[in-house]
Amino acid sequence: MLSTYTYPRYAAPRAPELDAPHAHHHARVVVVGAGPVGLAAAIDLALQGVAVTLLDEDNTVSLGSRGLCYAQRTLEVLDRLGVGDAVVAKGVTWNVGRTFHRDTEVFRFELQPEPDHQRPGMVNLQQYWLEQFLVERALQLPKLSLRFRHQVTHVEPQADGAVLQVATPEGAFTLHADWVIVADGARSPIRRQLGLELEGQVFRDRFLIADVVMKTDLFPPGQAERWFWFDPPFHRGQSVLLHKEADDVWRIDFQLGWDADPEAEKQPERVLPRVRALLEQGLGREAPAFELEWASVYTFQCRRMASFRHGRLLFVGDAAHQVSPFGARGANSGIQDADNLVWKLKAVLAGHAPERLLDSYSAERGAAADENIRASTRSTDFITPKSPASQVLRDAVLSLAREHVFARGLVNSGRLSVPTHLADSPLNSPDHEAWDCAVAPGSPLPDAPVRHGADDGWLLRHTGGDFVLLLFEPTPASLGPAQRRLIEALSALTPPVRTLLLCERDGPTEGLPPGTRVLIDTRHRATLRLDASPGSAVLLRPDQHLAARWRVPTLNAVQAALARACGHTGAPAA
Amino acid sequence: MNAPQLVTTPHFHRAGPAPAQPYAHGDAFVEQLLAAHRGLDDATSQRLNARLVLLLANHIGDLAVLEQALVAARAGLVATPEETTP
Repeated sequence: MLSTYTYPRYAAPRAPELDAPHAHHHARVVVVGAGPVGLAAAIDLALQGVAVTLLDEDNTVSLGSRGLCYAQRTLEVLDRLGVGDAVVAKGVTWNVGRTFHRDTEVFRFELQPEPDHQRPGMVNLQQYWLEQFLVERALQLPKLSLRFRHQVTHVEPQADGAVLQVATPEGAFTLHADWVIVADGARSPIRRQLGLELEGQVFRDRFLIADVVMKTDLFPPGQAERWFWFDPPFHRGQSVLLHKEADDVWRIDFQLGWDADPEAEKQPERVLPRVRALLEQGLGREAPAFELEWASVYTFQCRRMASFRHGRLLFVGDAAHQVSPFGARGANSGIQDADNLVWKLKAVLAGHAPERLLDSYSAERGAAADENIRASTRSTDFITPKSPASQVLRDAVLSLAREHVFARGLVNSGRLSVPTHLADSPLNSPDHEAWDCAVAPGSPLPDAPVRHGADDGWLLRHTGGDFVLLLFEPTPASLGPAQRRLIEALSALTPPVRTLLLCERDGPTEGLPPGTRVLIDTRHRATLRLDASPGSAVLLRPDQHLAARWRVPTLNAVQAALARACGHTGAPAA
Repeated sequence: MNAPQLVTTPHFHRAGPAPAQPYAHGDAFVEQLLAAHRGLDDATSQRLNARLVLLLANHIGDLAVLEQALVAARAGLVATPEETTP
């Protein structure tokens, strides 16, 4: 059926291990599963200098659009991995969501009401395109060995690693890994083999996904929208979701109810009339011609593993936690898992942090999973009411929303992915001063336009991958001798802390300690968004989350915060 | 002094810092309300709703406001008589 996309067939050469059957084959880090999350983790490791082996049982990318909404924070992580530009250029940017009850609009939201971020609120892109860009990036990295058609058939956890049985078309071999990142998806064969349970809720409903090709100017270029209907005239009693994707592909999700027959419903003769009815009655214009590219029927669950770390095995993405699709919290949270995990694993491997730092991965991303599951469960309860009482309440909200503003805010067609502020993280150092802004220790750094030399750019692009102190000063020349000594001392710590000097105005830079980068806060956004004062400072982790902040930083304070962020001090992570 | 008006703009709130997302308090209330109904049969759910209405009405107290609420609640039903759930 697919016509707009040609599936790549990646080379899967014979595994060299097969030619040395009696040798001890060892890998420092193995990532299992080359979906978006496994690819992101492997690329990040390789970029940070850690040799990594990525195993995938297949040799192509995801079938059908599947994960399709990539949120601002994910785009920022993808920027660090080197594929952000490709994703944004290929994808469809949108910022506005509109929700209809029958034929009346009852709710409208904007993902990013605030200007001056490099990345938009959301970009839609079929999962296969994202995976293709990530594979192309992975193949550029000498530290990354990407092995297609390598299926992990058995894992034996050990105190200092794991023994993997790997099957390839030409034969099988044994691989000893110090660390394994398990990114083998919702059905996770490794999780199942180890008998590790998911805890949570399975929903009794079915949805049809249809990828449809059509040319329509429903949205002006660059201003696509997400449309959601409750009980529309063309699909009575159920809900429908419409998204624009790349290449004139449109993604439509139809709620079918639990009694629908999943095999029958994905047949074109059942799908085409549903699509036709939407296009004829739902768009407020003449129906465009269309072709069906792909269709599938899915159910969903909101559940997670109790712990994402099991000794030397680290579970990420859908293998560790699953949500309903309303809110785009699946792939987005998985990529943030990788973002959170990789710098910690690198610090442990480098001897800069104790192993228990990896428990904070489970604590921090477990809190994020709880938040995503809570939001996604609320949306699902609203979209697919489970009892007569909840149906009556839902319908009352929708009918009141036609007239009353308060009820519009209760209409829940999905609360879209936002980054988790890791407020309760054991790695945060608490504030000792007052700060008046939306971020706190544990929050991701908000972006801001900055100038570096003659180049206008973005603050986030100057951070990530290492520990950074953002130091605010009116001009480079206002830096005092004590601060110069601080900057020099920080660069000699383990791990080192690099200083970014954020200035209101440019000025002479003679005498700055080597390696200090000067950025001009051209639109004053960084200062505002961090409530910075002259001389104040923020310590950023390698994943761009805030670890600590001070009105007047001292070497002792920064050193203590760095140690805490590396898991050396503070209460053991839960 | 104007007569008190029924509040129909967003009004859910709680002590402490404002939530990052404007919908957070409303969603939390809907979740709690659904949780209160969980496991009840239809007749018992209706009793729960009636008891809740009376508790909230007494909390509001002002009959002028309550009369506006009754009119607003009823108006939507009359405007779309097919509103009842199939």
